[in-house]
Amino acid sequence: MSAAVKMSSLSKWYGDFQVLKDIDLKVAAGEKLVICGPSGSGKSTVVRCVANLEPYQGGDLSVLDTAPDKVRRGDVGMVFQQFNLFPHLSVLDNLTLGPIRVLKQSRTEAEARARDLLDRVKIPDQADKRPGQLSGGQQQRVAIARALCMEPKVMLFDEPTSALDPEMIAEVLDVMEELARDGMTMICVTHEMGFARRVADRIAFMDAGEMVEIGTPDQVFTAPKSDRFADFLDKILSH
Amino acid sequence: MTRFLPFAALLLLASCAGQPGTWGWYVVDPTTANGWVNIKFLLRGFSSTIQVSLLAAFASIIIGLLITMPGLSANRWVRLPNRIYVEFIRAIPLLPMLFWVFYGLPVVMKSMGIQINIDPFWGAVITLAISDSAFTAEIFRSGIQAVPRGQTEASSVIGLSRAQTMRYVILPQAIRRILPPLANQFIYIVKMSAFASVIGMQELTRRANELVVTEYRPLEIYSLLILEYLVLVLIISSAVRWLERRMGADER
Ligand SMILES: Nc1ncnc2c1ncn2[C@@H]1O[C@H](COP(=O)(O)OP(=O)(O)OP(=O)(O)O)[C@@H](O)[C@H]1O
Ligand SMILES: [Mg+2]
Repeated sequence: MSAAVKMSSLSKWYGDFQVLKDIDLKVAAGEKLVICGPSGSGKSTVVRCVANLEPYQGGDLSVLDTAPDKVRRGDVGMVFQQFNLFPHLSVLDNLTLGPIRVLKQSRTEAEARARDLLDRVKIPDQADKRPGQLSGGQQQRVAIARALCMEPKVMLFDEPTSALDPEMIAEVLDVMEELARDGMTMICVTHEMGFARRVADRIAFMDAGEMVEIGTPDQVFTAPKSDRFADFLDKILSH
Repeated sequence: MTRFLPFAALLLLASCAGQPGTWGWYVVDPTTANGWVNIKFLLRGFSSTIQVSLLAAFASIIIGLLITMPGLSANRWVRLPNRIYVEFIRAIPLLPMLFWVFYGLPVVMKSMGIQINIDPFWGAVITLAISDSAFTAEIFRSGIQAVPRGQTEASSVIGLSRAQTMRYVILPQAIRRILPPLANQFIYIVKMSAFASVIGMQELTRRANELVVTEYRPLEIYSLLILEYLVLVLIISSAVRWLERRMGADER
């Protein structure tokens, strides 16, 4: 099976500081990968490289069998911690902007699909509101729907629930789980270990710019190979 | 209501009109034939002041936009022309620049084989536009840069090109931050247009000067002149306030 995302010896520096150190990773089509690790370990940077938001200086990265900057526009969707919705546009216009301007869909076509997706993320009746009028959980679900409007083949999530109040986390994770069941290829930076256990095919642990360990949930939760991962799991699971 | 205080102060001054020897409001007394002629002469300056200001503001926005674009680049060499223009133009006082444009620019153009005659009106428009464009460019740049980076990133991952991102995402958000200071900048242009009187443009200040020479009542005529600017600026600033309120209203 061809890999959706493939990195070999991927390295990146900010000046003298090496953020990513020889990362090797293959994510198969349809696979769900969860990335975790302490703050500053480079999780966001890995995901941002895949999304073509960051350049890298060493190694190889191919996304959907091509260089990240050559990927067909919209094929890689991304959901941010801070939602990054367009505050000046209605929810519906947030969703249709890409399809109309990039995929050249007609407005009717794009709006019909946008309403379907709002249904799917369980906020069918907020289409005409501005993002600022929605709760955090609703905003993040709009952000997921906005990415899905482009019919992506890979979805990236960078701590999608970290900016949310506890009672809203579940509603976002539910939507993500449903997406996972539908067979989407997903790379998800999160510390929601319950979600990881239910959804992930593999869990990767990063520390100080290195991909320290990667394994199935069963494997890593019962017997992590590295001490660093064991310590990390200890800390976050005891909360 | 505080903005009507200056009017009250002027009215107080006007009330001194009865005391002989100090005040001579008769020069601009609309009930006398001569006073009415003088008032009409002064008021006719409004049209040039407003025309020059509007044209200069319009040109300043166009120039400002062109200067802003390289200023947004991540590459410092691309940004350099923007910085040089802004720092250089901001450093030149308006009056010397006006002289340079009016007396010097035709000579420069002639040496390049272009014969132009710059009349006072266009000399004032060009000078005010260039002088103001450095400020306009900075207003545009800071307004655009105040839009969070996440907006550009979100646009990028839904596949928008850089131009589309500017047009559909960044500019519509930047415009709220740009319009109010831009409108304030217009007030600056209106006031600075008074300098055009020294190259002979028949705007408000020039007309007041000319009337002072023939009537020799500087106090009354310049008081009225100040009142004229006050009315103009207060009209513009209430428009700005209305604009700010409207922009604030649909923020959410
Ligand atoms: N633009 C930048 N310039 C310099 N250093 C940066 C920049 N962006 C990130 N870094 C550094 O790179 C390292 C990795 O950052 P990254 O955001 O990928 O970490 P992370 O694992 O996502 O952390 P967090 O859990 O806090 O989100 C950090 O040490 C960070 O300080
Ligand atoms: Mg991060």
